[in-house]
Amino acid sequence: MSVVVISGGQIHEAGGQRSATLIINTETGTVDDIVADGAAVQGDQTLDASGCVVLPGFVDLHSHLRQPGNEAAETIETGSRAAALGGYTAVVAMPNTTPCMDSAAVIGEVVNAGRTALCEIKPSAAITMGRDGETLAPMAELVDLGVRMFTDDGTGVQDDQLMRRALEYASSLATDDGTQIILSQHCEVDALSHPGVMHEGAWSAKLGLAGQPAEAEELMVMRDIALARLTGMNVHLQHLSTAGSVEMVRAAKAAGVPVTAEATPHHFCLTDAACASYDPVFKVHPPLRTDADVAAIRVGLADGTIDAVATDHAPHTPDSKEQPFDQAPPGMLGLETAFALALTELDLPLDRLVEMFSSAPARLAGLGARHGGPIEVGRPANLTVVDLEQTWTIAGDRLASLASNTPFEGRTVRGKVRHTLFNGEPVVVDAKAVR
Amino acid sequence: MRQLISTADLSRADIDDLMVLADSFAEVQTRDVPKVPALRGRTVVLAFFEDSTRTRTSFDLAARRLSADVLNFSVASSATKKGESLRDTVETINAMGIDAIVVRHRSSGTPIQISRWTDAAVINAGDGWHQHPTQALLDAYTLRQRLGDIDGAKIAICGDINHSRVARSNVDLFTKMGAEVTLVGPQTLMPPDISGWPVTISHDLDSLLSEIDVMYMLRIQTERLSAGLFPTVREYRSRWGLTVQRAGELRSDAVIMHPGPMNRGVEIDPEVASEPRCVVLDQVASGIPVRMAVLYQVLGPGRFANEEAAVDRPDVEESNHSVSPTDGSVEAEPDTKQAMAMKEASCQ
Repeated sequence: MSVVVISGGQIHEAGGQRSATLIINTETGTVDDIVADGAAVQGDQTLDASGCVVLPGFVDLHSHLRQPGNEAAETIETGSRAAALGGYTAVVAMPNTTPCMDSAAVIGEVVNAGRTALCEIKPSAAITMGRDGETLAPMAELVDLGVRMFTDDGTGVQDDQLMRRALEYASSLATDDGTQIILSQHCEVDALSHPGVMHEGAWSAKLGLAGQPAEAEELMVMRDIALARLTGMNVHLQHLSTAGSVEMVRAAKAAGVPVTAEATPHHFCLTDAACASYDPVFKVHPPLRTDADVAAIRVGLADGTIDAVATDHAPHTPDSKEQPFDQAPPGMLGLETAFALALTELDLPLDRLVEMFSSAPARLAGLGARHGGPIEVGRPANLTVVDLEQTWTIAGDRLASLASNTPFEGRTVRGKVRHTLFNGEPVVVDAKAVR
Repeated sequence: MRQLISTADLSRADIDDLMVLADSFAEVQTRDVPKVPALRGRTVVLAFFEDSTRTRTSFDLAARRLSADVLNFSVASSATKKGESLRDTVETINAMGIDAIVVRHRSSGTPIQISRWTDAAVINAGDGWHQHPTQALLDAYTLRQRLGDIDGAKIAICGDINHSRVARSNVDLFTKMGAEVTLVGPQTLMPPDISGWPVTISHDLDSLLSEIDVMYMLRIQTERLSAGLFPTVREYRSRWGLTVQRAGELRSDAVIMHPGPMNRGVEIDPEVASEPRCVVLDQVASGIPVRMAVLYQVLGPGRFANEEAAVDRPDVEESNHSVSPTDGSVEAEPDTKQAMAMKEASCQ
């Protein structure tokens, strides 16, 4: 057994922080003890957390790790390194790989590749075979392999009846660990969004680019709220981007409809004005919206309407982004910058940030037993140690992802992950990945 | 001017300079040898990622009449089909040592992207639905010839505004030159949000006919029909086509314009297209002197005309002053002072 000591930090607890030293058992991967600072402790490795807070490791509900199929853009290994450097101890891998994660074979490949990753890789699976929106994937079989989230992300399930059946079918499946199964939706009515490549509005009109109206997202949010009410099954709404969506989710929650929601850093930091450069690094689905939408997302995060921050981390190779705006693929990096952007841009208490980054997404992903806190003796040591005051400047070519398509190039942010522990193992030490 | 990507980038003085220069280049057209040496030794690449015979031919002639070397780089989207990125294609062209790249592309914004990957001057020859600045300039030049002055003119642009780079460029340019612009057509062909544009919107062409100086018709593409943007060609023509009857309600001195190619019998009746008030062929003719003016401003000594510091530059001051940029002598070098003088004159 070896012992890791985290000393000098402020340990996050519900409603506050306390100065203490953590003793981590790397063999069991758990917190062995929490002792007063200055107590005599023996460790094989001591991590200096002075000036930092010790938080439950972050959980991302929405990452594209590109393996299998597009390993030039990202792999499970490189994506997990980016995640660890961003303070994440678990990420849900989206199923829009090639081949699609809709079968036991592909899920098995992802699970296997995830065994040596620097964080927990939780595969999600497609709702429909090949994400074609026509035939249900073998959900029961995939649940038995550990899948808890189903999504056709990249596209929404267009067929109302099929979505209803997917929800009903999922509601009849049990899990061996008692965690819930969740269907997650990329809300976009294709008939209304096509052929839009950015938000439809004053900027798309000026730039001569086809737009997607906010209503293309809102119509599916509205439908899925109705289907959640009809089936009693939880629908998780991915990457909300419009003020109208936030308002509908707020009303649905107030009415007791089982819906949850996430939002991304780019949707609370950037607007469609960024597209004026025609740089496809700003192309993303759902698209960057208006100032009013950004403001509504921020309010939704603050008041709990939006449960979690998710990254929608979407690596793309440079050559695929060096195409005309309308031809380039949508998506942007997020794992290494998400927490710092939230800390810098959102005026929220740390408690709320921890809910959005750790506890809520851990629960939604079915990872609550190992991730998301609280930090207590006997719990798995999935922890991130963050210097909340350290500022740094985002540079795509210094990020750990294979790709460098960050829309925040050159932006100075506050909050730097110093150490990350995954199941007790220090995978990031002094802001560097150990492997 | 170091490049021309959008009419929105042009100042009123830039526009006036180009108009005056185009006048002098129009005079060159009338000579036995319609050619001047202004851009001798310069290389202009025509990079047309989308076919456009008329615009490419017009740029080609304009560059040759300025004695530039012209390279037709037909890319036609085949390069991207082979997996090459736009950047790779541009860097390949750039590596040939060129001075200007004239870009036509079906995707909006590509000239702006390309300008980040090359030191050559970028001239936009039409990008997607975004901009077609030389079309707007040749339209303004044609109108200036007909009306004398565009300031105060009432111009209606009718048709598929949303998918039209011509409309976007002309709205910028015409309004900058003092015209009152009304956009006409069904709402399905209007851009989604033009609350900030300096224009009036109308869906009723008939109500405008008697009061406008210029009727600018846009091409209707049949693919808009299949996209459900209007029900039938017949219905479109009945409401928004420039029929013989509607042309009869235009003033006798009104000007009828179209960027071409025309769909006779759809947005414009054949008889109307052939009547004297219709200046379609003048527009085509204007293209050459206007594009000569643009190339000259971007590549020739004229590019210093709007940079005050250039006056003190020894290399400019010491260049050959003896002839004008339109001098017939093929041995002569173009003159910076001439361009400066033109600017001063046009600003008054």
